[in-house]
Amino acid sequence: MRANEQVPGQVNPAWPARLHVVTGKGGTGKTTVAAALALALAAGGHRTLLAEVEGRQGIAELFGLGPLPYEERKVAGTADGGEVRALAVDPELALLEYLDMFYRLGAAGRALRKFGAIDFATTIAPGLRDVLLTGKVKEATTRTAERRRVYHAVVLDAPPTGRIGRFLNVTAETARLAKVGPIKTQSENVAAFLRSPMTSVHVVTLLEEMPVQETVDAIADLDGLGIPVGKVIVNGTRPPLLADAKVNQAELRRGLAAAGLPTDRATVAGLYDEAKAHLTRRELEESLRVELAELDRPIVELPTLTSGVDRAGLDTLAADLLGTH
Amino acid sequence: MDRILADRGVRIIVCCGSGGVGKTTTAAAIALRAAERHGRRTVVLTIDPARRLAQSLGLTELDNTPRQVKGIDAEESGGELHAMMLDMKRTFDEVVLAHTDPARATEIFANPFYQAMSSTFSGTQEYMAMEKLGQLHARGEWDLIVVDTPPSRSALDFLDAPARLSRFLDGRMLRLLLAPARAGGRSMFSLVTASLGMFSRVVQKVLGAQLLTDLGGFVAALDSMFGGFRQRAEQTYRILQARETAFLLVAAPEPDAVREAAYFAKRLGEERMPLAGLVLNRVHRTTVEGLSAEQSLAAADELDRAGGNEATADALRIHAALAEQAVREQRVAAVFTDAHPSVPTVEVAAQPADVHDVDGLRTVGDALSRP
Repeated sequence: MRANEQVPGQVNPAWPARLHVVTGKGGTGKTTVAAALALALAAGGHRTLLAEVEGRQGIAELFGLGPLPYEERKVAGTADGGEVRALAVDPELALLEYLDMFYRLGAAGRALRKFGAIDFATTIAPGLRDVLLTGKVKEATTRTAERRRVYHAVVLDAPPTGRIGRFLNVTAETARLAKVGPIKTQSENVAAFLRSPMTSVHVVTLLEEMPVQETVDAIADLDGLGIPVGKVIVNGTRPPLLADAKVNQAELRRGLAAAGLPTDRATVAGLYDEAKAHLTRRELEESLRVELAELDRPIVELPTLTSGVDRAGLDTLAADLLGTH
Repeated sequence: MDRILADRGVRIIVCCGSGGVGKTTTAAAIALRAAERHGRRTVVLTIDPARRLAQSLGLTELDNTPRQVKGIDAEESGGELHAMMLDMKRTFDEVVLAHTDPARATEIFANPFYQAMSSTFSGTQEYMAMEKLGQLHARGEWDLIVVDTPPSRSALDFLDAPARLSRFLDGRMLRLLLAPARAGGRSMFSLVTASLGMFSRVVQKVLGAQLLTDLGGFVAALDSMFGGFRQRAEQTYRILQARETAFLLVAAPEPDAVREAAYFAKRLGEERMPLAGLVLNRVHRTTVEGLSAEQSLAAADELDRAGGNEATADALRIHAALAEQAVREQRVAAVFTDAHPSVPTVEVAAQPADVHDVDGLRTVGDALSRP
């Protein structure tokens, strides 16, 4: 960042970073949340980048597109002229791109790739791979054109909670292997960027035991590494039905009769069992909410998308993330 | 499920599927049932169990050896349940120790490349899970081994990673990198040889000479073990192809998990590995079939307008959400059953609370065995 840089549009005060790293246990919907956040931050006519680094092609899947190449391309627009571009960062291509910056490789680079040498280099030193991936994301986040930011914000669909600390703690891994040279410098730059207020790591969870446990562990891990943690995003929440937590069969029978529905034993008992299971589930959810609240981080709750994850669903989540419902 | 557990010819059950679908719980529930109901001397190898589940299985310390689970109800059947949690690094150390003399082993353990690889290489966990399976199998102490697989982003990693790691450790590429002038050989195109020489120089410039020295040390120390790794991985792979092994796919009724399961089933077919069935976990069902979601929601709104029956209105909304979810899940599950109609599928209903004790595992076991 240079002091003379012009900032086109202030950051959203609720989401003050430029790089939003979205992690969470597998199955919590972190890709969906990352996409919704990229859309949310594009509102107001901004351009955002949604990046993934694990070769899963989850973004393409979400937007119903074919596999994304290693290239930034538009995947969605907003009504007010904003746009979301997507990028699937490939470690091999990122390494070649990086080497090309320092050394002119040309055809030799392609031969190396064909021979698997790049795959080999990124395999033997996983930290090298991570520094290339995070380095690319940093480059996109800080990129300027005509003294303006190319991206208002970058959202990274990051590795899951179990690996996020290691993924973002790039210096520790590479410092062990590379004691001098450009990779060391590069990893130090990336590490400083990831620890600056430019970066914010958000953890997506469900109100289930394992995801909450991993959320707590990941935040402790990131805190220990000095990497800024942003929000806890509780995905898949449901409306608080039966808030006074009481229901009995006689009452149900009366209610069913009043609504003109069947009042036979099976229907009443069935509904009663479903309501009781719901209450058991809710009690557990409440205790997990308390556990999350004790983390003392801003919490955003997102609803279950009952009609599946489509564009309308993403817009709903985006509005919830911005609190503009 | 009971048919599989009763078949003494089945000695290994591998639970696979993408992360977060309840693989560990399923593996533990199956192992418990095998011990309690079928009198089998069972061991379950878990990878990363939830803390409370681990505690209930007596897995309080990570010592990489199976411990007998106390307090199960197997007196009548004569079965036993043992459980262990995989310690990836320690398993790797054991493999090294088994293949080389102590002096060499010490050298290897001190090498930064070994340290990086034994704890962070993306395929290490999968490879070590397979290695541990091979070890348990070789000990011959158990007549049933139930394996949970690592929480990979893709279920296929379990099958692919060991081959990748052993290919890597076989050292061809390592040798090429360290001795580019010689390694090219006559059969290789000069461009490739030249590129490798240059690559090695680039690596040296980018990463520093220290790295190549460490790498050289690593290769030299591992030299005695080349081949050993590949052989072991191939042996375990053959066990997986044998008739005594049954693969169980585990999925939740969500698009990603089901798609992953369908890929995996296809792959097992190609590898001639025996797929025993699909466990569809956390399935929602409603017992009040006669009442549709639309009907319930309309009635709930009506009750709200009239006032006085808030609890019933909410109960109807709960029912409507459940009915809608059940329909959605059925549609998702059909993706698998349409593609693999001959694979038996068993559904396990979603539990209102998470499973973290032996009773909970028993309930899951019952659900798995419902015809």
